[in-house]
Amino acid sequence: MKTIQFREALREAMTEEMRRDERVFLMGEEVAEYNGAYKVSQGMLAEFGAKRVIDTPIAELGFTGIGVGAAMNGLRPIIEFMTFNFSLVAIDQIINSASKMLNMSGGQFPVPIVFRGATGSAGQLGAQHSNSFDSWYANCPGLKVVVPSNPADAKGLLKSAIRDNDPVIFMESEQMYGDKGEVPEGEYLIPIGVADIKRVGSDVTIVSFGKIIKEVYKAADELAKENISAEVIDLRSIRPIDYATVIESVKKTNRLVVVEEAWPLAAISSEIAYYVQKNAFDYLDAPIRRVNSEDVPLSYASTLVEPALPNAGKVIRAVKDVLYLS
Amino acid sequence: MPTVTPKKSIGTKFPKETYLWWYEQMLLMRRFEERAGQLYIQQKIRGFCHLYIGQEAVAAGAETALKKTDRVITAYRDHAHPIVRGMHPKFVMAELFGKATGCSKGKGGSMHMFSKEFNFFGGHGIVGGQIPLGAGIAFADKYNGNDSVTLCLMGDGAVRQGALHEAFNMAMTWKLPVIYIIENNNYAMGTSVERTSNVHDLYKLGAAYDMPSFQVDGMRCETVHEAVSSAAERARKGNGPTLLEVKTYRYRGHSMSDPGTYRSKDEVEQYKKLDPIEQVLEAMKQNKWIDDKGVETMESKVKMLVEESVKFAEESPFPDVSEIYHDVYTQTDYPYIKD
Repeated sequence: MKTIQFREALREAMTEEMRRDERVFLMGEEVAEYNGAYKVSQGMLAEFGAKRVIDTPIAELGFTGIGVGAAMNGLRPIIEFMTFNFSLVAIDQIINSASKMLNMSGGQFPVPIVFRGATGSAGQLGAQHSNSFDSWYANCPGLKVVVPSNPADAKGLLKSAIRDNDPVIFMESEQMYGDKGEVPEGEYLIPIGVADIKRVGSDVTIVSFGKIIKEVYKAADELAKENISAEVIDLRSIRPIDYATVIESVKKTNRLVVVEEAWPLAAISSEIAYYVQKNAFDYLDAPIRRVNSEDVPLSYASTLVEPALPNAGKVIRAVKDVLYLS
Repeated sequence: MPTVTPKKSIGTKFPKETYLWWYEQMLLMRRFEERAGQLYIQQKIRGFCHLYIGQEAVAAGAETALKKTDRVITAYRDHAHPIVRGMHPKFVMAELFGKATGCSKGKGGSMHMFSKEFNFFGGHGIVGGQIPLGAGIAFADKYNGNDSVTLCLMGDGAVRQGALHEAFNMAMTWKLPVIYIIENNNYAMGTSVERTSNVHDLYKLGAAYDMPSFQVDGMRCETVHEAVSSAAERARKGNGPTLLEVKTYRYRGHSMSDPGTYRSKDEVEQYKKLDPIEQVLEAMKQNKWIDDKGVETMESKVKMLVEESVKFAEESPFPDVSEIYHDVYTQTDYPYIKD
């Protein structure tokens, strides 16, 4: 094992795949000469040249469509959004072109493409730069959606995403790029659609994904001090969702809390709650609880940011609720 | 450059075989679409249905200027393009019927014809969405060092979309081998070009990106062929995209549900005098390349082809219900949520 940053894990994944397959290229704003807005693609221009590491103008709709067209014609693009906030001006090409092309063409035109970039809040960035559209993309058939939470998962999943013949949305976080973690030496892949039990526990299941899982770890540490054993499941992929791992855990703990950064309505937490009540109703000893962002746009002032986001305190309260300890 | 007004053809610049091919292809498109219109009224064809009648010279003239290895992509008025690329019309008709034998297996319908075999990258239903896709298809050919060019067609309505400007800018910056054709039939559904912008000569939009841009008489195969041919040569030499505003006209409504109250009958009649099929026929008659009997033979050949297509579509099966879960992902064991 070696210890590297999240951004380095992403870079290793892209670099290894680009060495392996000439058809893979990286396109986006500031990915080449600037070495990446968040330094994810640092050094890649030097290795692969301007043909395969391509700076674009600020034109997300245009370069997303160009990526999809290139994928229809045999290439395997990685399209970087500086953040997924900006993907909304390109969402027509993601939903109406990328996700439906295989189906509309009766199987003739697959779109092997990865759209990657940062999602969610990242400090006091104001309402327009703090969106979590994870569940929006997960709602759409034809896409796969991956939201990793540590460097090792990020690398193995990004490599799988690049090799996948279907379009993959790959969501990162500005607040994870600097995170360090152990990553296996040598080549490895992690399959899309398989959750990972990050901590084994027996009293309550906490399901989460992406960077907000860091708040879950803090909560689990605090709960452990009170002899409450939390099992933490990292979904890693939110389309498809590994329901089996969640169900199995709930059958063991009989209690479930879902923690997610997105807004509550039509969220991944609602989906998990539906699925578990449908398939493990008799195993539940308490109503399922969820911790999402508050149902408001995120403001700028620090006093308005912190209480609007999921945090360890809220997770602890939800866990104590399902354990009838509050 | 001067504004082009469609006019009647004079003389013949191309060999007999080319004229005969244009005539046959355009007649096939015309009769096919007339039949599709009837079948729509009979509710054999459902959904939206946009007919190509009047615009045939654009597809026919462009095709003779392209290689089979070149790519074509267009919007939702897309029945004619796969046919002119070489597909048997029965596969388009079957698609219109929603049958499993259709060129998109009955999953696309009128607006989403596709053919990988004939390098037809589809009919696309979101106005202007195909403009960046066309640039992307061309990007891949340039990346791979192929000499294929991409012909990307759009209507006059699409030029007001932002996608056009972003795609034009990158296509020019990166010198992508793409030819953009605006099939300017003067109406974005019911809204005339004049009502959508102060810029009525649509080729001028290319100037903002230094894109070589021309206006072309779209009621004549000759002029379309010549313009596409020069554009393809420019693209193959690595000199990048071209914009062609092709002035054409649709005789029918925007779609089958359009009564056409936004334009006068007289305007439609004036354009019918410039009918692209009649112009090609006249040129051939002047050269004595075809006589009345030849015309009759051609008409009956095309009619038989259309009827064969209808019969094929009628007799083909609808997609099996199991097809619902096919072609959504390439992954064959994708775990769909079913409850």
